[in-house]
Amino acid sequence: MVAALLLTSCSGSQSALDTGGPAARRIAGLWWGLFAVATAVVLVVVFLVVWALVLRRGPDVRPRRGGERVVLIAGAVVPTLILIGTYVATLGVMGANREPPQPAELTVEVVGHDWWWEVRYPDFLTANEIHIPVGRAVHVQLRTADVVHSFWVPSLTSKRDLIPNQDNDLWLLADEAGEYRGQCAEFCGAQHAGMAFLVVAQPAAEFDAWLADQAAPARTPTDAVAARGQQVFESASCASCHTIRGTTADGVVGPNLTHFGSRQYLGAGAAPNDPGWLGGWIANSQTVKPGNLMPPQPLAPEDLTALIAYLETLE
Amino acid sequence: MTTLEERKAAEAAVGEQLEPIWEESGGLRGWFTTVDHKKIGRRYMVTAGLFFTVAGLEAVVMRTQLARAQLDVVSPDLYNQLFTLHGTTMIFFFATPMLFGFGNYLFPLMLGARDMAFPRLNAFGYWAFASAGLLMTSSLLFGAAPNGGWFAYVPLNEEQYLPGAGMDVYSLGLLLLGISTTVGGINFIVTALTMRAPGMSLNRVPVFVWALVVTSFMVVFALPPLNVANLMLFLDRRYGFHFFDPSAGGDPILWQHLFWLFGHPDVYIIVLPALGIVSAIVPTFSRRPIAAYPLIVLATIGTGVISFGVWVHHMFATGLPQLSLSFFSAASLIVTIPSGIQYFSWLMTIVLGRLVVRTPMLWILGFLVVFVAGGVTGVMFAVVPFDQQTTDSYFIVAHFHYVLFGGAVFPIVAGIYYWFGKFTGRMLSEKLGRWSFWLVFVGFNATFFPMHVVGLLGMPRRNYTYQSGLGWDGLNLVETIGAYVLTVGLALTLFNIARALRSGPAAPENPWGGDTLEWATASPPQDYNFPVVPTVHSLHPMWDEKTLATMVRDEDDPERTLTDGKQALRTSDLDGVPEHVVELPEETVVPLVTAGGLFVATLALVLGAPVVAASGGLLTVVGLVVWHWPRAARQEAQEAQEAQA
Repeated sequence: MVAALLLTSCSGSQSALDTGGPAARRIAGLWWGLFAVATAVVLVVVFLVVWALVLRRGPDVRPRRGGERVVLIAGAVVPTLILIGTYVATLGVMGANREPPQPAELTVEVVGHDWWWEVRYPDFLTANEIHIPVGRAVHVQLRTADVVHSFWVPSLTSKRDLIPNQDNDLWLLADEAGEYRGQCAEFCGAQHAGMAFLVVAQPAAEFDAWLADQAAPARTPTDAVAARGQQVFESASCASCHTIRGTTADGVVGPNLTHFGSRQYLGAGAAPNDPGWLGGWIANSQTVKPGNLMPPQPLAPEDLTALIAYLETLE
Repeated sequence: MTTLEERKAAEAAVGEQLEPIWEESGGLRGWFTTVDHKKIGRRYMVTAGLFFTVAGLEAVVMRTQLARAQLDVVSPDLYNQLFTLHGTTMIFFFATPMLFGFGNYLFPLMLGARDMAFPRLNAFGYWAFASAGLLMTSSLLFGAAPNGGWFAYVPLNEEQYLPGAGMDVYSLGLLLLGISTTVGGINFIVTALTMRAPGMSLNRVPVFVWALVVTSFMVVFALPPLNVANLMLFLDRRYGFHFFDPSAGGDPILWQHLFWLFGHPDVYIIVLPALGIVSAIVPTFSRRPIAAYPLIVLATIGTGVISFGVWVHHMFATGLPQLSLSFFSAASLIVTIPSGIQYFSWLMTIVLGRLVVRTPMLWILGFLVVFVAGGVTGVMFAVVPFDQQTTDSYFIVAHFHYVLFGGAVFPIVAGIYYWFGKFTGRMLSEKLGRWSFWLVFVGFNATFFPMHVVGLLGMPRRNYTYQSGLGWDGLNLVETIGAYVLTVGLALTLFNIARALRSGPAAPENPWGGDTLEWATASPPQDYNFPVVPTVHSLHPMWDEKTLATMVRDEDDPERTLTDGKQALRTSDLDGVPEHVVELPEETVVPLVTAGGLFVATLALVLGAPVVAASGGLLTVVGLVVWHWPRAARQEAQEAQEAQA
């Protein structure tokens, strides 16, 4: 029943059992082995308890003495043998997952912030979305700008903490195209729950095109409303925290928005990136993601409309 | 054959002389001055029970918030306060104090002694614990509850990221509690080593006592790293130190090492005494001695020692070198072997014995089934890659609730049903107890089993909400419903207690046919516990004719009745050979004043009033001086008198 429950419900894109790469697959294999042994141990105990209940000797029967040898063998010797096997399997998976099958060619730096992910490719910055080529290992360097966070994409590999003054890293390898959701796994304050990201695995050609698009500066808008939006962005407080390459906006407190329109979500997974949510987010993001560090922006309605139109053009 | 009537007659004869010596003041005055281990033990249990209730209700609010995706029952910050306080309260202010309460009540009774070795220290420990718990729990009412997690990782818990008094309440509250727990542990160690009844050599000491003594040694060694860490955190937050501040070269990983160097032994500090309760109850309801007594004692000691070498498995995802990980992986696997021995010791006892399923035993059978599930998932966290995958996910929440609720709460409730008659003189209802058990058993599994699954499905812990559509929705709803059922089940036991206190049937001396010495006393015991101090002849004194006989035979032996004053017998540590008589202190308000000074100092430091804090500290110093003064003077006077004579 337990196994059935597990199997029927592991279809989410953040599941450690619905794997998309070799590292997570080995760990999932290890889990099923551990699960089998654990189930056997629990069944032995339940069997003995039930047996004692069934035996339930009558008041006239003298209880039996002894049992020392069984305690020693079943309680110490057999567990030791099982644990030795477990340890061997542990070292095996540790060794196998240590390095990717082929050396990684691309290095991406991920910097944790309260409460979003900065993603640095060699030629550009983006946020909350990490694109990788299918079938090729990517080296990920993990740093934090503030407190301890933890980078976790269960379907691809196990987690690793982002710790101040410490360089941690891991590698990602997806062998199927698709989206793998990740989330911060170390409690980091008010919006720990609102710190999700996406790993998007794309075929090589598609990935190269994405790299080229992202490396280009933002296009200057052609229609009047969006152009006005750019002015709003540059003149209002937006520019003091956010950068849009190709404009005068060069703030570094919040996420880089150069190709904001190409991202699927707002606010590290807080809401889908569509004009409605975006308007609400800009006006008062505290209603969408309470406690996040972006203050409400009291803009005139026509300025807000223009700003939304502009940001949505940044693909 | 020594009958109960003969023992009653002996008791009546000696008790007449002991009663006026041991009687304490009643009423309000007695409330503040008692040094009786039974009153203090009961108080520990009731206070810890209150904290359990509050922290349990906090969990119900959290489960309500998580019933569906994106609910708005509590704000993110309140949720963070709730889970921090829930963990901190359950670990520090419920589990250990509750088990220390059992220990305080039962140690002298099981050992055949008249009180603990240091009765005033015992009272002091209670007052310090109660005031620290009050500070911690009431902080929620002022919106100043700790909100950085019970594990208080830095730099998140530096003032820069979490301003406000919350984490100061945490660090100072735990320091105050640390004093209480440490003195309590020392008292248990000294009592067990020096106050045992004549003839109770180490191989005749009940497993429960062994368990709590090992726990106490662990407390003495595990708390210093935590205390130091909390002091450093407080200095960082309030006085601009930089122990953990990375921007000034401080080390966030240092906190993790210090915290888990305490934190992992603490798991066993919580569980070992609860397993001691199991070892006390299992033989009674199996009608035979526990299987492999020497092995279970060695396993308890072994767990205590090995548990100090496994803390790094809480840090497998921090990027430590692989070689270190493989060492700590091995140690974390090895620590489970002693638990295997304990398990099969209980299992062989019930399989070979004559199992009688009364309510206390029902809770123990439930414990046997759920605790093993927590144990096998515990092994998984020694497996480095699996740990790195599932740590900080709901899988680990499931695991440690099977360990801590399964391994501590089930035995504690079993212990309440088992010893309630001894504690209060009234028996609990068996029928209500069974209903309570089944509701708790079903509710517990419905709450915590699905958490394994949502954890594997990628749900991180300590999230005030979650997105729909990741396969977590249905399971979370089941968990919340389970939590309500669990709450009703526990409330039923609370109702059972309230009802029994009002109108429960009177408890006989030994309602279950138990084997240890507490069952030789009245229910509830007299102030002096034993009119005639028994001479112990076996591990099961109540099943052993010789020991029972000494409680009648020695009624005229002044070295066993000790009627000259408030006295107890000091015996040798290994063999329990009587050495000399010790005088025990009279009731006094000094422990309360000494602890009160510490409480004032703590509260003032939280509120940032150093002058008041200093005067609180001064009050404690005065208390300590008075505490130590008169007794020495009295001894001198006595010696002078003897010299004259």
